[in-house]
Amino acid sequence: MISLNWVKDYIDIKDENLKDLAVKITKAGVNVEAVIEKRIDHLVIGEVVQCEKHPDSDHLNICQVNVGEEIVQIVCGASNVRKGIKVIVALPGAILPGNFEIKKGKIRGCESNGMICALFELGLEEKTEETYSKGIEEVPHNIPVGSDANEYLKTDDTLYELDVHKHRNNDCYYHIGFAYEIACILNKKVTLPKDDFKEIEKNIKDFIDIKVKTDKCPYYTAKMVSDIEIKESPEFIKQRLIAAGMRPINNVVDISNYVMLEYGQPLHFFDYDKLGRHVLVRDAKEKEEIITLDGNKRTLRSTDIVITDGKKPVCIAGVMGGENTEVDENTKTIFIESAIFDAVRIRYTANHLDLKSEASIRYGKGLNFEYTDAALRRACHLLQKYANAKVYSGTLCHDKVDKTKKVVTFKTEEVSQLLGLHLTDNDVKTELKRLDFPFEVKNQTFQVTIPRRRLDIDPNVNDIAEEIGRLYGYHNLVSTLPKVETRRGVYVGDVKLRKEISRRLRTLGLNEVKTYTLISPEMANHFVYEQKKSISLPNPMSVDKSIIRSTLLPSLVQVYEYNKARNIKDILLYEISKTYDSKYQEDSKVAMLMKGNYIINEWQGITTKCDFYCMKGIVENLLDYLGFKNRYTFEKEKISDLHPGMCAKILLDHEEVGIMGRIHPSYVKEEVYVCELSMKKLYEKQIKPLKFKETSKYPSMIKDVAFLVDNEIQSDIIKEKIKKLGGRLLESVEVFDLYENIEPGKKSIAYKLTFQDNNRTLEDSEVLDIFHKIIQGIEATGMAKLRDK
Amino acid sequence: MKEKVNQLQKEIEEKLKLCQSKKEVNELKTYYLGKKGPINDLSLMLRELNNEEKREFGKTLNELKQRIISLIEERLTYYEEKELNEKLEKETIDITLPSTKIPIGSPNILEHIIEEVEEVFMSMGYDVVDGPELEEDKYNFELLNIPKGHPARDAQDTFYIEDETILLRSQTSPVQARTMLQAGGDKPIRMICPGKTYRRDADDATHSHQFMQIEGLLVDKNISLSDLKGTFDVIAKKLFGENSKTRFRPSYYQFTEPSVETDISCFACKGEGCSLCKQTGWITVSGAGMVHPNVLRNCGYDPEIWTGFAFGFGAERLAMLKYGIDDIRTFYQTDLREIKAFDRKEG
Repeated sequence: MISLNWVKDYIDIKDENLKDLAVKITKAGVNVEAVIEKRIDHLVIGEVVQCEKHPDSDHLNICQVNVGEEIVQIVCGASNVRKGIKVIVALPGAILPGNFEIKKGKIRGCESNGMICALFELGLEEKTEETYSKGIEEVPHNIPVGSDANEYLKTDDTLYELDVHKHRNNDCYYHIGFAYEIACILNKKVTLPKDDFKEIEKNIKDFIDIKVKTDKCPYYTAKMVSDIEIKESPEFIKQRLIAAGMRPINNVVDISNYVMLEYGQPLHFFDYDKLGRHVLVRDAKEKEEIITLDGNKRTLRSTDIVITDGKKPVCIAGVMGGENTEVDENTKTIFIESAIFDAVRIRYTANHLDLKSEASIRYGKGLNFEYTDAALRRACHLLQKYANAKVYSGTLCHDKVDKTKKVVTFKTEEVSQLLGLHLTDNDVKTELKRLDFPFEVKNQTFQVTIPRRRLDIDPNVNDIAEEIGRLYGYHNLVSTLPKVETRRGVYVGDVKLRKEISRRLRTLGLNEVKTYTLISPEMANHFVYEQKKSISLPNPMSVDKSIIRSTLLPSLVQVYEYNKARNIKDILLYEISKTYDSKYQEDSKVAMLMKGNYIINEWQGITTKCDFYCMKGIVENLLDYLGFKNRYTFEKEKISDLHPGMCAKILLDHEEVGIMGRIHPSYVKEEVYVCELSMKKLYEKQIKPLKFKETSKYPSMIKDVAFLVDNEIQSDIIKEKIKKLGGRLLESVEVFDLYENIEPGKKSIAYKLTFQDNNRTLEDSEVLDIFHKIIQGIEATGMAKLRDK
Repeated sequence: MKEKVNQLQKEIEEKLKLCQSKKEVNELKTYYLGKKGPINDLSLMLRELNNEEKREFGKTLNELKQRIISLIEERLTYYEEKELNEKLEKETIDITLPSTKIPIGSPNILEHIIEEVEEVFMSMGYDVVDGPELEEDKYNFELLNIPKGHPARDAQDTFYIEDETILLRSQTSPVQARTMLQAGGDKPIRMICPGKTYRRDADDATHSHQFMQIEGLLVDKNISLSDLKGTFDVIAKKLFGENSKTRFRPSYYQFTEPSVETDISCFACKGEGCSLCKQTGWITVSGAGMVHPNVLRNCGYDPEIWTGFAFGFGAERLAMLKYGIDDIRTFYQTDLREIKAFDRKEG
């Protein structure tokens, strides 16, 4: 929150329309999310000239209030309302916080033309029992009746709510930094606040010494003040702290916060009498304890930084002070710390202690030592002015800061090239002057020194180009297209295969789903068919998303359940996603799920049920499409979570590439079929280029034969034998009929044999010869008998 | 003789007119053209004539015969057509009855938008590249100018598998780093890398711990921010309509400098202001910028020679904007009735 009244201390913006200014600032890169006008219209100072009890109420009063030009009747319920006091009156038309509009009306039958306000009703104090019982605000008698109450309340302020991108927080999170931002946008100069003070003869060095025994505190500087008077802060400090969202406490605490909001540098005040004669900054010891200002006992880690009195911790550096050295109403002498701590360490400490404070946020973003010094002086100045502090001479300082200046050397055309703008040297000079970046130009080469307040800028031409670009305005960019080679992009690596599989499965009627990679341990227990271990997250957000899946099937089952619960009957799904195992091996899996009917026309009674063979058909079609025709087989297999009699592994070139089957009824009761293929394995296989094959111009001959076999015999075994026996002229063998249990334990399988030659018409006799040879050959194996016609 | 012939012709013509069906015509045909029919009777009379008369009468008789055959055939065809038409009429079906549902699958909504974006970029010469989701810290952060301890890491609250080494990628940018390293620092690059990313966000209507980014990268010589602007103009027109405009606003990302946020003119209200664009007329669709020299250097490209731009879209956000979806969980729960609508081409 930035108070524009406050910013006005450092830059002249009295003639600016603050809403327009917010737009300009946003365009230049610092987002002003909201412009909040603190001012409330129709708010005047009034004087209660008459006050009588309401006839129908014991706590309401009917007041006649002089608001300057007239006397109005207002019904007021506050206990402290009485004749003769001056008050704040919200007249009809005023809109109070919470979008509460004051209107003329009647309260228990009595006309009321406004509202006499308490501070909490104006949003200037929190609504607590205390502020409520305090009642309406009583205005001092010297404030003229009828005058604008906003002047008295100092609510004539406008606030900007900022959404500052990470790198800009450093310089836009405090009022002086924000003033610099406005300065470069409006091309104006910033005036820094006064920081002079008188020093007494006593020197801090005779009272205390500091030692820093950690490299995580590059800068530590301190001064001492005594004889402070602790009291309420002056009105402007209180108002500004409230505007910035902080609660005023007393002049000393408020000054430390005030300076932080000016310079972005957090300060810490120690009660010297509690602290003693030594300060030692060091890394905390593991499990070291401290009670912080909020009364909580904190257990520290060795990565935390502590301020100690030489023995015990008195402050968690950058995060929160200790109770043992806290400034209280009896404090007389203060040791003021202004320091820089390692930003990463502070963030880490604030995180593990869950203690994010205004201070820790600022330390966590990094600070610049020039402002560390300035803030210390400013605090002394304010303490002298508003707490009558006597400032000891001398300053303690531990200084290990790298003071190398950040310098960038570049030519205008480098900036022009990056932005695609045609800038002149003068354009660049203008923008650098606006930015208040000191520079020199020699032989058309710029040498720019980055001011320390801009911690976000790295010394390279891109950073300079960004600063110039955002001020020059991106609306000035002309659209061009990169001058590059003309070509069409391609799918690289297995992306192409993924797309091909995906499109084919859609063509085959399966719907693509996307599910979460992270699953629950319960889900991960299912379909463990590859003997692979899954990865468990060390710090999951919740148990149901704690494991990186190694198969997609449990997720598809979840989608099936979701749709089933929504009364969807026919569910055909697929997903292609990466999976990982505990050895970090990646495999993209192609998973499918089918349930219900494949082809449906209910009123005609046409349905093709999704069953094992339907799923098998999808798989075969996919593998054929991918160029693997005649290279794959299905082998019976027992797989966990699949129906023991209805599941298979899928082999390609004799290597297992996937599994399929019906889900075990004890897992999913309904008839649901699934398949999962390893895309990685499919990707590794080579396929032949596509070639035309002419069909024979000569007629084919078809012979049917049925064999009686044991129920356990798989049709493929006979088929393979027939193929072998049939030789070159047997073009194909297909099962076309099946009778199960035709006699106990036996089934009949009928095969259609197609004979053909590419170069001639076959003779009946030669086909019959082969056909008989096949029958004899099959019977000779002893596993099948020719079925009697 | 001639008279008899004429009389017969008249008689047949009369009778044909009286025929009511194919059957009656056939009966007529059997009677008149049959062996015992009147025409045959007349031809028997030929024997009693001399040669000249024979030839003349024979010709007449033949003409009669042909004429009658033709008349009968005509009539038969008429009735055949009539009967067929009647039969077909009886076969009339209710064409309003439901069709047979041909199984055809739909893409996931995210895939739908991703394929559209891919097509636009591929037409502009960008390859589509994939990379691991289980990623090394080096690629996800360090090479991208986000060293350990950098505040940008806090914002991308990451799923670490092993402390500060192995993680679930929090962005798809590591694919860019990998692509640059693989290219070896001496070849231009144009690529996009749509893919899944993960951050520790609690799932609700607008947050998802898993989401998809479509990031892209172009590295070449003399590339400028204006080129990025021009590229975005093309993308916006192709994805959101020919009248789309774009604008850049300054922004910040660790791996680009200068960085911009890209807005497109609101396609719902054509820039006039509506609830979709929160009355601004603009919708933020992408973060982008010139590749940071540190990133180029880290990935083997000399920033003195090479420049480039990078950009990123959120696939969910694009789809939510484009198709009017208000809950991000829609993409990951998959109600089949909802995704069915996406089996069609873009309008």
